[in-house]
Amino acid sequence: MGIDLLPTLLRGAGITIQLTLASAALALVVALIAGLGRLSPWKPIRILAGTYVEVFRGTSVLVQLFWFYFALPLFGIRLDAFAAGVLALGLNVGAYGAETVRGSILSVPRGQIEAGIALNFSAAQRMRRIVLPQAFVMMLPPFGNNLIELLKATALVSLITIPEMTFEGYSLQMTTGRTNEIFLWLLLLYFAVAYPLTLGVRAIERRVSAFLRA
Amino acid sequence: MPANASDPASPENGRSDPGPVVRFEQVTKRFGDLTVLDRLDFEVAQNEKIAIIGPSGSGKTTILRVLMTLVEPNEGVVYVDGEPLWHKPANGELVRADEAHLRKVRKNIGMVFQHFNLFPHMSVLRNVTEAPIHVLGRSRSEAEDQALHLLDKVGLGDKTDQFPSQLSGGQKQRVAIARALAMQPKVMLFDEVTSALDPELVGEVLNILRDLARDTEMAMLIVTHEMQFARDVADRVVFFDSGRVAEEGPPSKIFSAPENPRTQSFLKAVLDH
Repeated sequence: MGIDLLPTLLRGAGITIQLTLASAALALVVALIAGLGRLSPWKPIRILAGTYVEVFRGTSVLVQLFWFYFALPLFGIRLDAFAAGVLALGLNVGAYGAETVRGSILSVPRGQIEAGIALNFSAAQRMRRIVLPQAFVMMLPPFGNNLIELLKATALVSLITIPEMTFEGYSLQMTTGRTNEIFLWLLLLYFAVAYPLTLGVRAIERRVSAFLRA
Repeated sequence: MPANASDPASPENGRSDPGPVVRFEQVTKRFGDLTVLDRLDFEVAQNEKIAIIGPSGSGKTTILRVLMTLVEPNEGVVYVDGEPLWHKPANGELVRADEAHLRKVRKNIGMVFQHFNLFPHMSVLRNVTEAPIHVLGRSRSEAEDQALHLLDKVGLGDKTDQFPSQLSGGQKQRVAIARALAMQPKVMLFDEVTSALDPELVGEVLNILRDLARDTEMAMLIVTHEMQFARDVADRVVFFDSGRVAEEGPPSKIFSAPENPRTQSFLKAVLDH
């Protein structure tokens, strides 16, 4: 297997990792905001958050990507390819994450909130100090899954000319024709990025759920 | 019970007012078709220890939950230390209270739950200090001193760094008692606090409550199925049936010479089992 292919593929891997981390950060923030928004006491906020979730879960991430990159310029909004990629991936994964956030918050036992009321915490304090820390532990395993899905979905942005790993693979295949080698490298490299992410999420899980095993 | 004639607009702090610390005035609570509290009139005097007994579904837990602002009544007014709890005065009439008003009046009330409801992600010490620090604005060191004192009092001074999952049910409930005491309420509610415990752990919790009832100035409202305990600690025993006070009086009278046939058959059933 030709080592000579590696420098180009690794350059692509660097972009893949940047895309993954930037989209994951966006997805996390959006998931928390939309997840909390769906539980808001104010109906307009619930509707807004619900609409976001349904639209981004219910349409293809590829179409969303094309919208951000090819369609928005028709309305005068021009994004560079990387920004369009991060936006599409982050908002798509964030919509799934919002449902995880909502479900995790709802699964914290009612008695915890009642204890918070009995101790006269404000509603915001109850959420931040009592509910969210417990809900977060439940969010992590699905978030880990979403993160790996996100990593693999970054391959789609090769279609809007971002030179990430899959894009570089295609280019090399065109120029060298060494199809088997190139795609074998791609398999290995994606796994080499994904597995440490899995381990990292697991380590965080262990830390934040220490009280459950204590 | 004779209705207390004190003016609803009586002074806000109970110190200059010897009136009741809690007063239910014609309070009704319905869940769907089921009426759980039925035009209830009920008072708790300052420092009074009341045991509430009665068949399940009689509304006794609902009284506590209405007082703790966990369940909103459909009708009637609840006063805590002279102030309406679920309502606030506006232009001479009572309107539904907002969250700020609820928090202001609710600070007088504390509660210990049947299922403890300790915060599983916090150590024993933090369970007890969290609200004093973040609700009452105490300093960390002040809150921790108080927590250590309270945990000592409930016999758990050596468990401060443990997590709730490492404790027995009886220990959990004792932490929950310390946690509620740390807020220094004027009225403490105990909702069947030994019902979820293994039989051999009931005693340790009841002993703490016996000491507490003897030593504290707070009023205590105790919903319980432990009749001997009710007899020991209560100044007054209230027998609840179908959302109303069916009979009440000193323990000696209720347990030895109940007048109401419903009280008689209830006590016969629980004492003979």
